Amino acid sequence: MSNLLSIVTFMPAIAAVILGVFLRGEDKAAQRNAKWVALIATSLTFLVSLFILAGFDPSDTGMQFVEERDWLLGLKYKMGVDGISVLFVLLTTFIMPLTIWSSWEVKTRVKEYMMAFLLLETLMLGVFMALDLVLFYLFFEASLIPMFLIIGIWGGANRIYASFKFFLYTFLGSVLMLVAMVAMFADAGTTDIPTLLTHDFSSAPLTVLGMTITGGMQTLLFVAFFASFAVKMPMWPVHTWLPDAHVQAPTAGSVILAAILLKMGGYGFLRFSLPMFPVGADVMSGFILGISAIAIVYTSLVALVQQDMKKLIAYSSVAHMGYVTMGIFSANQQGLDGAIFQMISHGFISGALFLCVGVIYDRMHTRDIDAYGGLVNRMPAYALIFMFFTMANVGLPGTSGFVGEFLTLMGAFQANTWIALIATSGVIFSAAYALYLYRRVVMGDLIKESLKSITDMTAREKWIFAPLVAMTLLLGVYPSLVTDIIGPSVEELLSHHETALAAADRLGDHGAVVAASH
Amino acid sequence: MLQADLNIILPEIFLAIFAMLALVGAVYTGKDKLTAPLTWITALVFVLLALWVGSREVGQTAFGGTFNADGFARFAKVAILLSAASVLVMGQEYLARRQVGNFEYPVLVTLAVVGMMVMVSAGDLIVLYMGLELMSLSLYVVASLRRDSIKSTESGLKYFVLGSLSSGMLLYGASLVYGFSGTTLFSGIIEAAGEGHAPLGLLFGLVFMISGLAFKVSAVPFHMWTPDVYEGAPTPITAFFATAPKVAAMALFARVVHSAFGGITADWQQVIALISVLSMFLGSIAAIGQTNIKRLMAYSSITHMGFALMGLAAGTAFGVQAMLIYMAIYIVMNLGVFAFILSMERDGQPVTDLAALNMYSTAYPGRALALLILMFSLAGVPPLVGFFGKFYVLRAAYDAGLVWLAVLGVIASVIGAFYYLRIVFYMYFGEAGEPLDKPRSSLLFGFLMASAAIMVLGVVNLFGVEGIAQAASLTLVN
Repeated sequence: MSNLLSIVTFMPAIAAVILGVFLRGEDKAAQRNAKWVALIATSLTFLVSLFILAGFDPSDTGMQFVEERDWLLGLKYKMGVDGISVLFVLLTTFIMPLTIWSSWEVKTRVKEYMMAFLLLETLMLGVFMALDLVLFYLFFEASLIPMFLIIGIWGGANRIYASFKFFLYTFLGSVLMLVAMVAMFADAGTTDIPTLLTHDFSSAPLTVLGMTITGGMQTLLFVAFFASFAVKMPMWPVHTWLPDAHVQAPTAGSVILAAILLKMGGYGFLRFSLPMFPVGADVMSGFILGISAIAIVYTSLVALVQQDMKKLIAYSSVAHMGYVTMGIFSANQQGLDGAIFQMISHGFISGALFLCVGVIYDRMHTRDIDAYGGLVNRMPAYALIFMFFTMANVGLPGTSGFVGEFLTLMGAFQANTWIALIATSGVIFSAAYALYLYRRVVMGDLIKESLKSITDMTAREKWIFAPLVAMTLLLGVYPSLVTDIIGPSVEELLSHHETALAAADRLGDHGAVVAASH
Repeated sequence: MLQADLNIILPEIFLAIFAMLALVGAVYTGKDKLTAPLTWITALVFVLLALWVGSREVGQTAFGGTFNADGFARFAKVAILLSAASVLVMGQEYLARRQVGNFEYPVLVTLAVVGMMVMVSAGDLIVLYMGLELMSLSLYVVASLRRDSIKSTESGLKYFVLGSLSSGMLLYGASLVYGFSGTTLFSGIIEAAGEGHAPLGLLFGLVFMISGLAFKVSAVPFHMWTPDVYEGAPTPITAFFATAPKVAAMALFARVVHSAFGGITADWQQVIALISVLSMFLGSIAAIGQTNIKRLMAYSSITHMGFALMGLAAGTAFGVQAMLIYMAIYIVMNLGVFAFILSMERDGQPVTDLAALNMYSTAYPGRALALLILMFSLAGVPPLVGFFGKFYVLRAAYDAGLVWLAVLGVIASVIGAFYYLRIVFYMYFGEAGEPLDKPRSSLLFGFLMASAAIMVLGVVNLFGVEGIAQAASLTLVN
């Protein structure tokens, strides 16, 4: 199985092509076939991807399952996974069958819908496995196309605005990254990611338009990559596309967006920004920690006043991604472990929360919080599951949400106490908005006439949530499952990072802070 | 000696004789009745000639260096011939149904192609001008082929007036260059210009020549004719304008700056970089407000010429290679899009309004998907082949130290993405309107699908164009 990764990556795309070529018509049977083909393809992909996990050796910090072929212009088709990327691959293959299953009630253009999701899965998997800069960019950017269509075709009332905003915003961010990639290609003479990880880009100060730039080329490259990943992540203040996109996207689209697409930004920071431009990252880290802390507090407050459930959860996603960037740019073991853990756990929790909204949206066709209230009376199972994920979102110990937040806060505390202090207040705010939402939707008396006949979750819906509940609990009580896999690779990344900083003579005051906190 | 020289320009001679024979034959026999077979025969001749030119040995010059049959010219000629053949075949049915099937059309296209083949091979200012004018004169006439349509005549006239102006500028520049270097041969000019910076008079000549050439590639600020001519001319002719002449003019541009002014790169680099930036931005921004798909494609072509010029502005062999690859990709995308536009009809009448595409995807999902792929490719979104064109020119610009140009270029491409997305928006997200007719031609369908398929499958290895373009560029710049 020397091309296991390619098989996993392209299996969904092949299923999409099969759907496109062989499936005709829009009748009931064709719709059912499309759904089944998509479900089987994504489930099979998940099963095959388990082989990656089984064959993965956490103690090896290099790339594993590497495949390499020549491509254009000296570029390579190169795939591989290491401790940092392997769990994102698994997260993607795990979430996909659930989202497909959750879209069982889609009625319009089912074939195209399923094709778009299958193609999206291929592109997302490619992002996490690509070991060539341009190949990475290819997958990264191409994922905009299916998502643009998913929001635009199957979205809500204001879908066109949201889809254009989504596309142009993220496209603008990533073209700057493209220029940076061209610069890296020219500087290092290769686009091979493992080679670039050990390549030292110049950090001698540069003067551009009369301004002296500390960290020189590294800082410029870092900023260009940052423009792309910060938008994707999204970080405050370039997060405004996300609430629009989430609100207008269909449920499954929101789930994918929150659970996986956002993680591409965090993955990018881990794969490129931190290890490849250590000096640039160090120059910018104070700024990024600052806006992460602002993001956590500000977006939590914004979430508090939302009237639209999806928008509320979208803002909560931005806040949680704030923990991730804070963890990454604390640049220590706890911070990085926590960031990766938080991303994985957020993949389950936010995905589940959007599915929760989807459940009642399918019944009432509104996401307005005021339209609900007292659902617990007619939907006890739903109330329980929603409660569970609300608590996980708040970061209740015992759920995976707690571990990620705690680790990132611990990492941030070592890097900058004030940042940690501000960010910790976000934990309280998140409890406020999440519980406030829960109270208004689920608790109280059922007085609204329209809700009197609402039905509880079907067996299908319960089964969709079951694996998510299981994973959230499992990672909450046994976090070593994740940290054992990512640990060695993170350690390697950090030791490389510190050597590079020492070489550039930048450990100075920064290192003193770390030493003092021990 | 003459024998050898004639042998080198045999393809051009052959094509010119073919054009004259076709003209005489059609006049004396069936006139317009012969249009259809003549079009097909011409297309066939183009394809055969492309195969012949493509397989000929290269690297020779004829008539004392005034005519270069090098690898660069070969690449351009094959691209010109194949795109001209495709356009002829695509537009034949459209023209025949609208009673504009004049037999002069294939003949004029053939003459234009002869002109293009001469100009991409030019090694001398006189040859350059002869080729350019043969092409331009034929194009002026073709633009106003629909004599009874005010728009078509107007576009022909506009094209003619502005085109003559630009030819005048080019000639004035050429005369200055001749005056200051004492020769019309490119090989002589490059010696006279020397290395580093050119004498002022030569510089004046160079700038005027660049202006004339920029008009032919419709780069800003010499782009004003493009939207009107694109809109006014019958669609098959617009398709022709958008493809073969653009390649020819761009190849000529590269030839002039490299083989005549190759030593003073810094002098023309800034000029080309500037018109490149202006073209990219004006094309992208002005296209946003368009409601007519042909006008939109005109602005789109201005943007794309800006990107191709970015490769040229690098002033390196890699830059020329990037430009050639960009042009090759550009032609294929445009052929596909125009194949689609040609099939847009309502009640038998051609429609060019963007709003007519409303919810096109529900009626014709296959075609809509193909156009979607082409639009994303035009916007330069990976993994479609259009992205690689951009990647090559960006790399070339970066290597040449033009980082600002690369950054501005990608920003322009984001602005440009908006209007390509708008077409996707009409097709997929719009509200159902009056539907278009069922497209009749399976030929156009074939072109559309083939073009879209190339955009997807090309990601594997660009069908080997990379190596060919590299070889071609190395014969021009070394």
